[in-house]
Amino acid sequence: MPSVTLTVNGKKATAEVENRTLLVQLLRENLGLTGTHVGCDTSQCGACVVHVNGVSVKSCTLLAVQAEGADVLTIEGLAKGNDLHPMQAAFRENHGLQCGFCTPGMVMSAVDLANKNKNPSEHEIREWLEGNICRCTGYHNIVKAIKAGAEAMAGGR
Amino acid sequence: MYDFKYQKASSVADAAKVIGGDSEAKLVAGGMTLIPTLKQRLAKPTQLVDLGGIAELKGIKKDGNAIVIGAMTKHVDVANSPEVKSAIPALADLAAHIGDPAVRNRGTIGGSISNNDPAADYPSAVMALNATIVTNKRKIAADDFFKGMFETALGADEIVTAVSFPIPEKAAYMKFPNPASRYAIVGTFVAKTGGNVRVGVTGAGPVVFRWKDAEAALGKSWNADALKSLSVKADGLNSDIHASSEYRAHLVGVMARRAVAKAG
Amino acid sequence: MPDSGIGAAVRRKEDFRFLTGKGNYVDDIDRPNQSYAYILRSPHAHAALGKIDTGKAKAAPGVLAVFTGEDIKVGSLPCGWVVKFKDGSPQHEPPHPVLAQGKVRHVGDPVAVVIADSKAQAKDAAELIEVEYKPLPAAIDMNAATKQGAALVHDAVPNNVCYDWAIGDQAQIDAIIAKAAHVTKIDIVNNRLIANAMEPRAAIAEYDRGTGEHTLWTTSQNPHAIRLLMGAFVLQMPEHKLRVISPDVGGGFGSKIFLYAEECILVWASSQVNRPIKWTAERGESFMSDAQGRDHVTHAELALDKDGKFLAFKVSTLANLGAYLSTFAPAVPTYLYATLLAGTYTTPAIYAEVKAVFTNTVPVDAYRGAGRPEACYVIERIVSKAAQELKIDPAELRRRNFIAKDAYPYQTPVALAYDSGDYFTTLDMALKSADYAGFAKRREEAAKRGKLRGIGICSYIEACGVAPSAVAGALGARAGLYEMAEVRVHPTGSITMFTGTHSHGQGHETTFAQVISDRLGVPIEQIDVVHGDTAKSAFGMGTYGSRSLPVGGSALVKALDKIVDKGKKIAAHLMEASEADIEFKNGAFTVAGTDKSTPFGAVAFTAYVPHNFPHETLEPGLDETAYYDPKNFTFPSGTHIAEVEIDRDTGDVALVNLTAADDFGTIVNPMIVEGQVHGGLAQGVGQALLENAVYDARSGQLVTGSLMDYCMPRADNFPSFSVGTHATKCMHNPLGVKGCGEAGAIGAPAAVMNAVIDALGAVGIHDLTMPATSEKVWRAINGRQAA
Repeated sequence: MPSVTLTVNGKKATAEVENRTLLVQLLRENLGLTGTHVGCDTSQCGACVVHVNGVSVKSCTLLAVQAEGADVLTIEGLAKGNDLHPMQAAFRENHGLQCGFCTPGMVMSAVDLANKNKNPSEHEIREWLEGNICRCTGYHNIVKAIKAGAEAMAGGR
Repeated sequence: MYDFKYQKASSVADAAKVIGGDSEAKLVAGGMTLIPTLKQRLAKPTQLVDLGGIAELKGIKKDGNAIVIGAMTKHVDVANSPEVKSAIPALADLAAHIGDPAVRNRGTIGGSISNNDPAADYPSAVMALNATIVTNKRKIAADDFFKGMFETALGADEIVTAVSFPIPEKAAYMKFPNPASRYAIVGTFVAKTGGNVRVGVTGAGPVVFRWKDAEAALGKSWNADALKSLSVKADGLNSDIHASSEYRAHLVGVMARRAVAKAG
Repeated sequence: MPDSGIGAAVRRKEDFRFLTGKGNYVDDIDRPNQSYAYILRSPHAHAALGKIDTGKAKAAPGVLAVFTGEDIKVGSLPCGWVVKFKDGSPQHEPPHPVLAQGKVRHVGDPVAVVIADSKAQAKDAAELIEVEYKPLPAAIDMNAATKQGAALVHDAVPNNVCYDWAIGDQAQIDAIIAKAAHVTKIDIVNNRLIANAMEPRAAIAEYDRGTGEHTLWTTSQNPHAIRLLMGAFVLQMPEHKLRVISPDVGGGFGSKIFLYAEECILVWASSQVNRPIKWTAERGESFMSDAQGRDHVTHAELALDKDGKFLAFKVSTLANLGAYLSTFAPAVPTYLYATLLAGTYTTPAIYAEVKAVFTNTVPVDAYRGAGRPEACYVIERIVSKAAQELKIDPAELRRRNFIAKDAYPYQTPVALAYDSGDYFTTLDMALKSADYAGFAKRREEAAKRGKLRGIGICSYIEACGVAPSAVAGALGARAGLYEMAEVRVHPTGSITMFTGTHSHGQGHETTFAQVISDRLGVPIEQIDVVHGDTAKSAFGMGTYGSRSLPVGGSALVKALDKIVDKGKKIAAHLMEASEADIEFKNGAFTVAGTDKSTPFGAVAFTAYVPHNFPHETLEPGLDETAYYDPKNFTFPSGTHIAEVEIDRDTGDVALVNLTAADDFGTIVNPMIVEGQVHGGLAQGVGQALLENAVYDARSGQLVTGSLMDYCMPRADNFPSFSVGTHATKCMHNPLGVKGCGEAGAIGAPAAVMNAVIDALGAVGIHDLTMPATSEKVWRAINGRQAA
């Protein structure tokens, strides 16, 4: 079986996988990072969004072998110990999550947006979330959370 | 997914050699269509040849009166490119609305046009801007490239290396997305280049096509109203639960008029 | 306790783990030596099963076992409710095997299971199973299925009719309608929906040969019910040898209430192969195996007098049940539907008949709102249609017919007795918030932009807090519907509370802790709420029908009362006072009229370190359990107002404003309540504008079998919502709570469709079916213009 070496949340990791193994499987099954979820099989729901080399990617639509040498950031790598990342804190503060299943992908996607756009409008946030489906919140509080989270990130909190 | 062999190609020649010698091998560019297809077990390639490591396939440059985009350039990079934004803002706008942000971070122009999905966005721009597709073997005119649903003029060991878009005077793209998949139900790209008008339509038919009546009318008068009395025939257009061929035919007209208005 | 008690917008205790990737969903769990199951499903809607050759699959790499219906001879999946025909005879209840026996009845019907060392190996091997199918004509369209000569889903069910049920006096209604000044008629399709909780269903079964114990981890809204149904009916397994755990569950919306074949197959098979087995649905499997929702076709007539007072309401509904009876299915289009047909109005006479139909499609059962959205849609569409026909403002027509504020308790003609409500206030709130008065101006402005603008009102009511067990039993329920709570106070005063309800997004860990904090004065950080494990919570009926707080919360209050009562006895002993003089307030026991005080923590400590303790009259410990059986349903109500703009050229409908004013009784956590409303609204809007499960009428293939074709609402489909509440307390439960989980999904569809039809009124269109997709709207506009 091929071996893949990559950096995940700042740490080097090596895993033996099949060529057909997806990055999300490597994260969940080989590395035990089960915060990244799988919600669909057509690359639409976004529950699996992680950052690969600094940008959001659907880890269900990337082969593990394609991520050789990549720098991957998952939801587990966002908080510093018990201190939530500003975007995580904003989701909590604004009740931007209910069942929590879409949340990791939502947060990773939101962080990517805030990295690119310090002060996104409601319209920009809603458009950005085209690839992240939530069934619980009606998005209302997610949008509020992302706006607050982006502000907090821009404020250097 | 069925298992397969996997290799990262070090050069275009290297990749061409593999696919030339194995008709069941497949190239993977961004993988945004191929990997979902494999996941559904709808394809069973013997091997995947990953073009992701070939630096020469990436990048955007202005070359005389054209913008040349390397095949492995990602949608996000086209959307954000200062060269594309200033020379062909309609193309940057199109790229900025392909799929979702995560898809745009992986998907490539070469992958999109080589796959030639009937609902993909890029083919409409390639047609309307009369782009030239550059491969490892030759240059192919837009009109000769898209052959049918998921079918192109590419030979067995032929690989798209770049797409060269002539810079238009005016251009715009309007898409009416499928509410579920967000692919184009109809996408219409209008462009006026060197006095010539071309209209590329994606989503509506089995393969991207030019709406020649509209081109003629807009050639006479570049104005949305010039299209008012024109319509596309529904015969042969796609039809599904989201849009009948009749509705698609109607939308081609609406999107074309709106694109002309948007282009100014 | 204003910062963490009842009424405070406490940030959720569960969020830290969800936000840091530490949630514990079933698919996140791995058991030692775990194997994987893949279920082979029928590609046909209806076929006779011939030979199934599993030889090659069994020989494939990594395969431990392959089982078919021939191998797994266990009980049928049970149905929890019996509904009767008009003549009193019981519904038809054909068997529902866990793996197909002799026939397959819908695309996705399980045929065989492969168990292998890896998921990929199981799936690879399943492709090697050779199944001989002899395709049969299928009954897909519900109406056609009831006609003579239609293909039969079950040979023993004539005309595919499971039951033909009615409530009310038809002759009386017909007489009123015949003489009425005005009769509004409507034909309605309530489109079939797919719940699509973001977490696909999953299960792990493990068997301990040493103890004979089975453990099932599953994505369920009600683990105790799963244990009861699976143990007693399917696998004949005593409950003390079956533990069911529902850890974090990623949304349910009804679809995770029911006992599913896969859960039974896994538990059975894990003892056969003597290894833990995991199964996780792919989304495509969810589409063809999770019970679906709604799917009614209805004709209704509303009789009014010359002043617009409702005189009689007659409803005739065909309800699709799919291929088999799912756990709750028969109750949904009857007891949760027809009993709500009075709505918020004084309509004195109501008759409803419901014919439930088997078809070769995925089973249909409760989906968020379950029966009540369907009832609300019929009522609120016909009321708005009547208003349009009579040229009465739709808000005014509603007001004229609302049940008066002082009329409670109010007995409706369809069995239910409303205990409290105030529909006038929530209507006024919504009208104000939506700037109803300013709508004409907005419509004009939109017309200048070439857009058709419309506004729609829906004043809904629902029955929640299911359910008084005696009533449920009289209606044909095969279980009670009470709830259990255990409050375990630890020696140092921290608390673990066990509930039989289940949180899969609703935030019980926070809300229940707030109730405890409020009553006992214990900081919320010192309270944990435990749910979802039959080995931890003694019993419970789970979470659905907005019942957790009205029923589970009431059980909790009863248990807390017991804690306080016992605490008073201990405190009286400690302070050498009479028990009658002990008061409990702000976390301390005091002796009335003195400054003597003992904090709750000291009483808890004494209960467990009983050196100075009234041993003659009291047992040590401070751990109380209570069961609560509700006295009545609760009746949340409110008004939702939607505003839409229609693009005339494309038919595209944009929702531009959505307002909700709801009465949920007492609110424990307003932040969570708002979140529940938002989510419900989005699902309601989804039903009205986007979502539709479509089967090919001939082949029975689910055309919308993936997210590529089934339109899930996205962020850009919505504006921000405007929500508010006005409380009239529930009169019969201790907290005065009514439940808030389903309101949005109940009220929004009619509000949105009334808005769409209001907009289309400008071009002479007064009816349209859900969902109002762009082509449908374009056709409606175009057809009219061409005519």
